[in-house]
Amino acid sequence: MDSEWKETNTGVKVKLFYTPEDVTGFDHEASLGAPGSPPYTRGIYPSMYRGRLWTMRQYSGFSTSENTNSRFKFLIDQGQTGLSLALDLPTQLGLDSDDDLAKDDVGKLGVAIDTLKDMEEMFEGIPLDKISTSFTINATASIILAMYIATAQKKGIDPGKLRGTIQNDIIKEYIARGTYIFPPEPSIRLIGDTIEYCIEHIPKFNTVSVSGTHICECGATPAQGVAYPFLTGITYLEEVLNRGYNIDDIAPLLSFHLICGGVQFNFFQEIAKLRAARRLWAKIIQKRFKTGNKKSMRLRFSTGGMGGGMTEQQPLNNISRISFYALAAALAGSQSMNLPCFDEAYAIPTDEAIRTSLRIQQIIGHEIGVPDVVDPLGGSYYVESLTDFYEKEISKEMERIEALGGILRCVDDGTIQSKLADQAYQVQQKLDSGEMVKVGVNRFQIDEEDRELEFFEVDPKTRSMQIEKLERFKSERNPEKLAGALGALKKAADAKENLMPYILEAVKSDATVGEIVGEMKAIYGEAKQMSIF
Amino acid sequence: MVSKRPIRVLIAKPGLDGHDKGAKIVSRGLRDAGMEVIYTGIRQSVDVILETAVQEAVDVIGLSILSGSHLSICRELTEKMQQRDIRDKQVLVGGIIPKRDVGPLKEMGIAEVFRPSSTVNDIVQFHREAI
Repeated sequence: MDSEWKETNTGVKVKLFYTPEDVTGFDHEASLGAPGSPPYTRGIYPSMYRGRLWTMRQYSGFSTSENTNSRFKFLIDQGQTGLSLALDLPTQLGLDSDDDLAKDDVGKLGVAIDTLKDMEEMFEGIPLDKISTSFTINATASIILAMYIATAQKKGIDPGKLRGTIQNDIIKEYIARGTYIFPPEPSIRLIGDTIEYCIEHIPKFNTVSVSGTHICECGATPAQGVAYPFLTGITYLEEVLNRGYNIDDIAPLLSFHLICGGVQFNFFQEIAKLRAARRLWAKIIQKRFKTGNKKSMRLRFSTGGMGGGMTEQQPLNNISRISFYALAAALAGSQSMNLPCFDEAYAIPTDEAIRTSLRIQQIIGHEIGVPDVVDPLGGSYYVESLTDFYEKEISKEMERIEALGGILRCVDDGTIQSKLADQAYQVQQKLDSGEMVKVGVNRFQIDEEDRELEFFEVDPKTRSMQIEKLERFKSERNPEKLAGALGALKKAADAKENLMPYILEAVKSDATVGEIVGEMKAIYGEAKQMSIF
Repeated sequence: MVSKRPIRVLIAKPGLDGHDKGAKIVSRGLRDAGMEVIYTGIRQSVDVILETAVQEAVDVIGLSILSGSHLSICRELTEKMQQRDIRDKQVLVGGIIPKRDVGPLKEMGIAEVFRPSSTVNDIVQFHREAI
């Protein structure tokens, strides 16, 4: 009967209710498996959250390293179990704080890191061997990682004990986020360098967090938000396989950052999508890379992003939205959560807003019984049917892109960017017309009193403080040692050697982020820009 | 009958922020409404934006700023427009801009500020009525 079908807010057709007939191919062992066993549909660990809850992080970092250090200590005191560091745009783009191009952005959207000294100050009094830190850093990931390693060494901590993640996913920067520096080829080689270095020296570190969140915020559908990161992840795996490593050396180091919420959020579909992603990734690794190694086949992911789902209107409604995003992520078996904050449409979150998002995670984790049973929705006719649907959708999109020449080709010629721009525009039209409901925005609006949330402002003196620090730092360096390290780095870049040891040496010789990137730009050149709309 | 030429708009992303979904949506919306739109792409300096605006003889410069740097960027742009005596262009700003900054932005000479609750249609309407 046609009338029983309905199109959801994300454009998927669903029935009025689901029965065993909707999951005729369902086989408990093959479709689900036990938790912690392939194909990992139910979760990647046997005891899931009973064994250990997801890592609770909130993205933070602003102004100078001293200020960020205080916020980190505040968050650890509040029970946060991992750190998630925001770096400012100049640091992400390899510009020092005194660079004229950086003048409006120092310390604004994250902390300014120019030197090893900044990194050391940021982690003052924080036990690096006990807490894991996630760095949202891409084009300059190798430098930030080198600084983190050098900081640990200075504190007398064995870098082999460091845990954490660098995002280090450049392909999505060209697609969606914009903090690329070099062209794709050397950028991907650099990612290969960091992976190789981590395999050898810091095996507990997640060297790449392949990200779907930004491309979803930029207009990707839920299926594209998994398909593109998967194709990207495969690109990075192949880069390192070509260096003579085995798939089982590399695949376990790869993690993903997927959206669970945001503009195109549908509660059950998002859960099904993430379950499907785990099952499909296990199959891809097994078939494409011919391995049955369980650690290689496990799809580990954090969930995050979703700031695009926050509204300026009736901002407290965002707390409810965030709760549903977090609940969906927990029901989907996420390894880590990084929630948006209710004041996201206003400015950088206040302490209160960050704490509230952390409390949402704690309420779900400790108060309402969600973690007691693994994959509680498993076996639901609806959710299983949707999981099958998403597995097919993600595969189809991957095949489509591969048929067009692959992810790099489709990024280089703008195919993906223009598709996302189209989709984003369509969604905005649906929101503006009210066809897609957004509570408080196009339905159930109120005349809001003309008040402002209290919001966070970065100290306007940040740039001058940072420049002063940088000047002092530069005046105390050993110029010969510095010149030697930078010269060696440039030569190694030209010779396509693994750059990590050279970057580490440059950092320890007090080179700034901008100076290191300068040497690399001289060899690699810069990426071209696109302005397709 | 005198046919009015279409409004010409330069949408620009100053500063280092690369999140340009909003800039692209607004560009598309204005184009669909019959205007001629040029989008600069990300990471443009104020000087380049101004030079492009002059070269392209646009009527409107629309800045998209999400990074919290709107006050300093708009101050630089409006001051440089005064120095160069550019009076035939209106400047609009959209993005994550707190209400309390709207007054200071307008005092600098920004014609209108579109905050997160604005729709594409609000922006199109403004162009039709005020430009």
